[in-house]
Amino acid sequence: MRNFLGLVAISLLALGGCERERRDFVQPPAMSTAAQSISVSELHPAGLSAPPPAANIYSESAYAVNEGKRLYTWYNCGGCHFHGGGGIGPPLMDQDWIYGSDPQNIFATIVEGRPNGMPSFSGKIPEFQVWQIVAYVRSMSGQLPKDVAPSRSDHMMVTQPESSTPTEHPAKEHPADLKPEHSQ
Amino acid sequence: MKRLCQIICGASVLGLSACTRGNQDVLNSAGIQAQRIEHLWWIILGVTSVVFVLVLAFLGRAVSRNQNAELLHQKPGPASESADSGLKTGVIAAVALTVVTLFVLLIIAISTGRAMASLQSKTPVTIQVTGHQWWWEVQYPDPVSSNIVTTANEIHIPVGTPIVLNSTSQDVIHSFWAPNIQGKRDLIPGWTTAIWFQAYHEGVFRGQCAEFCGHQHAHMAFLLIAESQDKFQAWLQHQRESAANPATAEAQRGQQVFLSATCVMCHTIRGTDAGSRNGPDLTHIASRGTLAAATIPNTPGYLAGWIADSQHIKPGNHMPPNSLASDDQQALVAYLESLQ
Repeated sequence: MRNFLGLVAISLLALGGCERERRDFVQPPAMSTAAQSISVSELHPAGLSAPPPAANIYSESAYAVNEGKRLYTWYNCGGCHFHGGGGIGPPLMDQDWIYGSDPQNIFATIVEGRPNGMPSFSGKIPEFQVWQIVAYVRSMSGQLPKDVAPSRSDHMMVTQPESSTPTEHPAKEHPADLKPEHSQ
Repeated sequence: MKRLCQIICGASVLGLSACTRGNQDVLNSAGIQAQRIEHLWWIILGVTSVVFVLVLAFLGRAVSRNQNAELLHQKPGPASESADSGLKTGVIAAVALTVVTLFVLLIIAISTGRAMASLQSKTPVTIQVTGHQWWWEVQYPDPVSSNIVTTANEIHIPVGTPIVLNSTSQDVIHSFWAPNIQGKRDLIPGWTTAIWFQAYHEGVFRGQCAEFCGHQHAHMAFLLIAESQDKFQAWLQHQRESAANPATAEAQRGQQVFLSATCVMCHTIRGTDAGSRNGPDLTHIASRGTLAAATIPNTPGYLAGWIADSQHIKPGNHMPPNSLASDDQQALVAYLESLQ
């Protein structure tokens, strides 16, 4: 009887794993609320504090992160950021974030573009795909749970898989303290 | 008994309906190799049918004899010895016949295989096919890069000319299979395999991915269009051209929509700034008969539905939904339908 109960408990636990592989091919309506909570500065009008960060519904879905990884290649993000190590563009796998490391900041960086090279993909990439790319970009510096981050690649791996990337701890950064090497 | 008869009659009618000669049909060969495969199929069907009838006949005889023998079983007589030797001869004859039949089939199978591999030519038409989840990229290479033709899900071939199809895959293993023309050939990522074939009469044949490759494997088909040498050359010449400039104001607006929306991230239209190779080349999309890997017909209505939300037509495919303003969408469809 105890064995049976144990088995039931383990099966129930395993059910929790189903969620991370869930595939919603028909996308929810655009998550436009996220754009309002983007915070690029710590300065706020008197009495107001920063709005709470928007949650990225894709950061807990292994399928969505994997889609983000595919789109990262398809939309040629690697052309400048390479496999996260940076080159023409800044690296994505370290702890330095010029325009903020929160999901909504990365979202804004992709959609609006940034000075010195980052183009705006506004209207070019559907919003849900931007969020998938955001989730994948965050997995590069170990910000996602290990069971969600991709653990293998479709091609020969040049870096270790995202699931075993050490977790970086980005400081709360904003344009006010741009590092000299990036601000030129 | 009556019910059994009905079932058998129903099954036979179903079987007969499968005999109508289709455009995706092993038994309606239109290629040299497919003809060999069809012949082999008929020979094996004939031989196995004869064997089947013989086995049933002997079985029936044995069953009926056994019922008589049961009565005699009580008192074994001197007759059993001659019956034993008769049985021995029978078994030896049956084994010998089986071995001979198998060898004959083996020889026919080997000669078929050899004949299928013997098609060669110094001047074949070369076609490069790349499998994608879930569509076929088709390229006609040319030493002059501006003469390279890229299309999708439609393979045009000249009748009576050997074709060599170099195939590979972009993502997972697919398999190229046009049963009227040739057998199957797997498309392996990172590896190029060649398959030769030749069509001996004109026609439009349907092919299908024959290796499970993911969610929309069943909707990964293509059309193989065998046509006369003149028609083929005219088609190839036309496909080499860049896309026509939009003639009407609506089509011009459609081109602007195409170039400023998400389309440009994945599709190519030669002659415009759109040059991404993630999705099918749309330079001459209106000249193709089907959309979405021979899943839906290429009509303005289907095209508009596909652009708006392809996920309801082919769930899981890599084309995202596009919520364009309705007049933008109409202009876009008008532009794409003008790309003959």
